[in-house]
Amino acid sequence: MEWETVIGLEIHAQLSTKSKLFSGSSIEYGQEPNTQANVVDLAMPGVLPVLNAEAVRMAAMFGLAIGAPIGRGNVFARKNYFYPDLPQGYQISQFDKPIVELGHIDITLEDGETKRVGVTRAHLEQDAGKSLHEDFAGMTGIDLNRSGTPLLEIVSEPDMRSAKEAVAYMKKIHELVQYLGINDGNLQEGSFRCDANVSVRPKGQEEFGTRAELKNINSFKFVERAINIEVERQIDLIEEGGEVVQETRLYDPDKNETRSMRSKEEANDYRYFPDPDLLPIEITDEFLEEVRKTLPELPDVKFKRFVEEYDLSEYDAGVLTANIATADYFESVAKSADAKLAANWITGELSSHLNKEDLSINDSPVNAAMLTGLIKRIEDKTISGKIAKQVFEAMWNDEGGKDESTADKVIDAKGLKQITDSGAIESIIDEIIANNPAQVEQFQSGKDKVFGFFVGQVMKASQGKANPAQVNQMLKDKLSA
Amino acid sequence: MSLTPEEVKKIAFLARLAIKEESIEQYSEDLSGILHLVDQMDAANVEDIEPMAHPQDAMQRLRKDEVTEINQREKLMENAPATENGLFLVPKVLD
Amino acid sequence: MDNQMINKSLAELSVGLQSGKFSSVELTQFYLDRIASHDSELNAFITVTAEQALATAKTADEKIASGSASGLTGIPLAHKDIFCTDGVKTSAGSKMLDNFIAPYNATVVEKLKSISMPMLGKTNMDEFAMGSSNENSYYGAVKNPWDLDRVPGGSSGGSAAAVAAKLAPIATGTDTGGSIRQPASLTGITGIKPTYGRVSRFGMIAYASSLDQGGVFASSAADSALLLEAMSGFDAKDSTSVDIPVPDFSTTLNDSLKGLKIGLPKEYFEEGLNSEVAKVIEAAIEEYKKLGAEIVEVSLPNTHLAIPAYYVIAPAEASSNLSRFDGVRYGYRCEDPVDLTDMYMRSRGDAFGREVKRRIMTGTYALSAGYYDAYYLKAQKIRRLISEDFQKVFEKVDVIMGPVAPETAFKIGEKSDDPISMYLSDIYTIALNLAGLPGMSVPAGFANNMPVGLQIIGNAFTEGKMLNVAHQYQQATDWHKQTPSKYAVSEGEK
Ligand SMILES: [Mg+2]
Ligand SMILES: [Zn+2]
Repeated sequence: MEWETVIGLEIHAQLSTKSKLFSGSSIEYGQEPNTQANVVDLAMPGVLPVLNAEAVRMAAMFGLAIGAPIGRGNVFARKNYFYPDLPQGYQISQFDKPIVELGHIDITLEDGETKRVGVTRAHLEQDAGKSLHEDFAGMTGIDLNRSGTPLLEIVSEPDMRSAKEAVAYMKKIHELVQYLGINDGNLQEGSFRCDANVSVRPKGQEEFGTRAELKNINSFKFVERAINIEVERQIDLIEEGGEVVQETRLYDPDKNETRSMRSKEEANDYRYFPDPDLLPIEITDEFLEEVRKTLPELPDVKFKRFVEEYDLSEYDAGVLTANIATADYFESVAKSADAKLAANWITGELSSHLNKEDLSINDSPVNAAMLTGLIKRIEDKTISGKIAKQVFEAMWNDEGGKDESTADKVIDAKGLKQITDSGAIESIIDEIIANNPAQVEQFQSGKDKVFGFFVGQVMKASQGKANPAQVNQMLKDKLSA
Repeated sequence: MSLTPEEVKKIAFLARLAIKEESIEQYSEDLSGILHLVDQMDAANVEDIEPMAHPQDAMQRLRKDEVTEINQREKLMENAPATENGLFLVPKVLD
Repeated sequence: MDNQMINKSLAELSVGLQSGKFSSVELTQFYLDRIASHDSELNAFITVTAEQALATAKTADEKIASGSASGLTGIPLAHKDIFCTDGVKTSAGSKMLDNFIAPYNATVVEKLKSISMPMLGKTNMDEFAMGSSNENSYYGAVKNPWDLDRVPGGSSGGSAAAVAAKLAPIATGTDTGGSIRQPASLTGITGIKPTYGRVSRFGMIAYASSLDQGGVFASSAADSALLLEAMSGFDAKDSTSVDIPVPDFSTTLNDSLKGLKIGLPKEYFEEGLNSEVAKVIEAAIEEYKKLGAEIVEVSLPNTHLAIPAYYVIAPAEASSNLSRFDGVRYGYRCEDPVDLTDMYMRSRGDAFGREVKRRIMTGTYALSAGYYDAYYLKAQKIRRLISEDFQKVFEKVDVIMGPVAPETAFKIGEKSDDPISMYLSDIYTIALNLAGLPGMSVPAGFANNMPVGLQIIGNAFTEGKMLNVAHQYQQATDWHKQTPSKYAVSEGEK
């Protein structure tokens, strides 16, 4: 039988506010346990929540970006369950009246086709704390620093049909929230994580199969693997005459398997009801207008503009707009240096260096100003493209400073300036010709290929600094003379 | 509506309340009595009535996004039954 | 110190303090002594904070001496043990919090502390404010100062008994379904539950968040006006605190009642109301006629639905509010839990009393899958009907009057095994919590030798008018001046 996979994603994106959703505690990552948990975050008796305006603004921004209506009187509800990292015994979340209603986002599939994925809703909610399972005399430690951190839960329609589509969607949302400046995109720190609802059905069947929910996956790679392995499990199970049960499952990347999390299953009756400590959130036209004004250029629009304005290939434009940091980096270089060279350098040399060291472009040792300085020297022929790579390497290794003049300093210090003085080039050429009579003869008897040999020798003798165009021209003239 | 002892056990678990076996019957009786009282609501015609979640017909006030809190861990953990290294301790959580 | 102190109004005490006739330390010590000699029989206090009270009194005396005092500076008070008090045990009447030292002050506590009102102690209450008799306290029942065999009402029974027996000149309380008005009525003192949102709920341990409201127990409307004003006002820490100015309630106390329209809801005088209590209320209404008020018969047709709706909404909210008591960060944890679930189950099962467990389970059930619409949603719809009933009546009248409770204080133990009959005793008080309206109980006489309170219900944010209405009655009568003989000091006695 042929099977079809159906996937819906729930993404939890931590909002980049300064303080928590309902308290004035910092949300900074990586602090000493329980040093960022005040009376509200600890759910001390008698405390009350007061809503962070910035979280509301950020959620509205997301809604506008995906073309969704913003819930005019959206409401916080309590989701009741007991867990030690949930100090109130309930999570303040949104239920039947979320802040962001039905919207959509377009993803690009591998074959270049565009697919529209529905975003059912996005709602504001509090994050829980963390359970630390290393052994404290057989007990678990609870750190509530994260408790109350604002999350935007973004729920998709079950529109994805493969793990690859799911990853494309997740990446697109990841890209969007960073564009909007509402999430730091840090998957390792858990600022962006995902639950996947996965089911299979015989191809052609309209009804959905029973789904399993894969919890808390925090890398694109794992999402793809987890879905694929889960799909395999479900198909095997059904084909062996079994039945998929609706449950929460955990993906174990070490064993590459998913397994049932029964402990989270036992109380699935969340008893949602409107939080009586909070009132409906007012969303006015004026407010939405204000938010709309602060919306940055969105990825799809930026992509089109890059192709038109900078005359880039769609491939380059796609790579450069994949995240806002790269796009900003590019535009910063392209505003005063050649755009195509900038694109080539960013997608080439810079990307490969970043990848090798697993760095984000924000942490690149070569910043946009430095690359601008370098490209300018290629443009004015101070250095060749080849020498430029040496300069880049030196800058990467922190030689010469951190601004636009860095490239010049490296060029000077290492004496990499291109030789454009025709007298100097001529004397090198003369010497090479004099030392290689056999090759001269070959060339003159019609073996054009040997021309490359001369170019190589001249460049080598000049330590790569001779202007290649000049070398070409002068060699041709001399050898044909 | 009345509640059987079985239902009482289910609800008690949902609410994480240990109830002694010998008291289940009494709770079942008490809760059935309360539900019986509550069932008087059935006499009301509430069609087309908008539910009223809150006595205030007002909108949520918003707080400026500012960090106003300082670390008070020592004081705030003084009431905790078990702690270690600045963490609250609970019986092992199994995922 | 002069024993006559207990018959003085707050205004008189204030004058005494400001003029140096006595110091706050003396006044505070006087009340601490009264607590020491009488509270063992009344059980009104869970914690007496003598040292702290005297320290605050000292500060108060310094402020008075330096001229930086406000009217209430130096006057001691008692707080219901539901308000968090920094560094002081805050139990909410529960074994769950028997070991809980609050790490912060409730806004109400902070406000009154900032004007140096010494806190005498924390008063007894029904566990987590769930009850109408104060028998549901982990710390034992509170006795009614008028008859030690009878209940003082609840849930703020400790505050009511303390003020009635003059163990404190004034006290705070909270009212979710009648928990200020009913004990005030049963102990013969004045109590006011303000409009929802008038007094900050921050630091007040939540029972039912959309119904809870802090208020005052006092010997008179005039005293109530002073404390209510001091504890009211906008609080940025409470999203439901209303940002409107607090009027000077005292300035309107003497307004004439000529032409005042008083609504008498016929549903408040139907069967179930004790005939002796009815007589007291009718006499009070007659007194108001003499004061120039006009009586209008009105109807609150959904009154009979208030108790059923309340016993869905309040337990539903409570079931969630009390989930934080899980034995992790504070409060009781059972011994040697075998696993997490065992810790939750036994900690909560052992530390919550029967009534609390009943309400948590009722609320859990009402919110659970499949029952939400039939219970919770329906109750909220009824809530609107009830609220609309009041608004219709307030188009025609200035205040509504009726009894606070259908009968006078009952015997300790009389209803403790019958939750339903206990619930029904809140028939006249519960509806206005659902609507968020303010209500008062004013002593209006005696039935079967026990005090009877007249209830005054106002529209939202009309506390000033209500206090005026109560004060004028208290100018014309002296029911509020009655003190149980055991705790009284007759005029002339030193
Ligand atoms: Mg979810
Ligand atoms: Zn979520």
